[in-house]
Amino acid sequence: MNQPAALDTEPAAGGELVYFSTRSGNTHRFVEKLGLPAQRIPLNRDEPFLRVDSPYILITPTYGNGHLKGAVPGQVIRFLNDEHNRGLIRGVIAAGNTNFGAAFCLAGRIIAEKCQVPLLYRFELLGTPDDVAEVRKGVEEFWKQQA
Amino acid sequence: MTATAAKRLSRINAINWNRLQDDKDLEVWNRLTSNFWLPEKVPLSNDIPSWNTLTEQEQQLTIRVFTGLTLLDTIQGSVGAPVLIEDAVTPHEEAVYTNIAFMESVHARSYSSIFSTLCTTRDVDDAFRWSEENPMLQAKADLILDRYRAEDPLMRKVASVFLESFLFYSGFYLPMYWSSHAKLTNTADLIRLIIRDEAVHGYYIGYKFQQALAETSPAHQEEVKMYAYELLHELYDNEVKYTESLYDGVGLTEDVKKFLHYNANKALMNLGFEALFPNSVTDVDPTILAALSPSADENHDFFSGSGSSYVIGKAVATEDEDWAF
Repeated sequence: MNQPAALDTEPAAGGELVYFSTRSGNTHRFVEKLGLPAQRIPLNRDEPFLRVDSPYILITPTYGNGHLKGAVPGQVIRFLNDEHNRGLIRGVIAAGNTNFGAAFCLAGRIIAEKCQVPLLYRFELLGTPDDVAEVRKGVEEFWKQQA
Repeated sequence: MTATAAKRLSRINAINWNRLQDDKDLEVWNRLTSNFWLPEKVPLSNDIPSWNTLTEQEQQLTIRVFTGLTLLDTIQGSVGAPVLIEDAVTPHEEAVYTNIAFMESVHARSYSSIFSTLCTTRDVDDAFRWSEENPMLQAKADLILDRYRAEDPLMRKVASVFLESFLFYSGFYLPMYWSSHAKLTNTADLIRLIIRDEAVHGYYIGYKFQQALAETSPAHQEEVKMYAYELLHELYDNEVKYTESLYDGVGLTEDVKKFLHYNANKALMNLGFEALFPNSVTDVDPTILAALSPSADENHDFFSGSGSSYVIGKAVATEDEDWAF
């Protein structure tokens, strides 16, 4: 369940994905299904800190109880507090659950605002096959526009 | 599992929350306890004028829907969550199930608060009698209770997630519908609290299911997966009949079915399985989705919307404090 997703895939023109997934592995499963090059933000503090070298799209779950506080996972905050990492983010994709009402995919909205990048897409839990197809297509077109 | 349960009966150790085997237990415990609520906090009596604008048929439908939901919450509070305690692999997991069981009892109790605020005793008594005699509602209860008695703990978790994440939604549709028409809005606020709780329950039980499934043989994994899809189909067929019996009279059946598909997908995903229904049959009326989650129907994602309004600005410096709102 915790192996890195699709690291052997050919790098896409323009950028890659960086994602965080908790032990439940929902976001990891989504990224696996995308089959695009991706790096995972480590779950535990004792793992080496992730530093990226090229522009990326961030995929993150939303945490918490529907409150602003704690919506962005701590590991993602640590990753983005690094100026070098933050400078390379180009967009964010967020996972969530509409059952949480107004807080649905809140982490995506917070990151988009803080980092001044577009919220590209939102999906629930591990994403449906339709979500996977849409994101795969969207990511490809996004990097073309960025080039 | 049975050996573990027997061992637990003979000896229980004091629970130490500072020594976790699975930090998800504490994470979910914290979520659940910070979400704690009681129906007395919701000003239900403000809905009395709105209730009086409903037709007799609409009132009867609403009481019946809530009675059906009460039955599911009663099952989950008294049987569904307690049986999972025996299958728990950590003491903290047991504690989380005690919270889930209690909150299900709060949910069941809150429907009675709605009834005592809005309805006449006679109408409510009629609805409870209806619930005891309605074949589809009873079939739903039987299908689930039967699985709760299953030998395999994995099967119990499958049934539990289907109850939490799928079976409630034929009922939850109606208060979201009223809310989207600016009716019974306080009642809808209470139902949203229940919906939020059920999401955490389905997520957690599904997570524990996936952990346990990963430990079994590939052959058994395949067997459980087939069982899960079979049970979903069985529940779905019954749910469609239940939906028709309730909603045909008000012309909402087709949209409720879409809501069923949408939530069946989410129930499967909570178990780590692939969604079954394509988005051509999960396109719930946007106003219902908006009643559930105000931003969910806005077509403002970059990929799905026009996206042209986005200006990519310069990233600002962020520190830990910036994220702590």
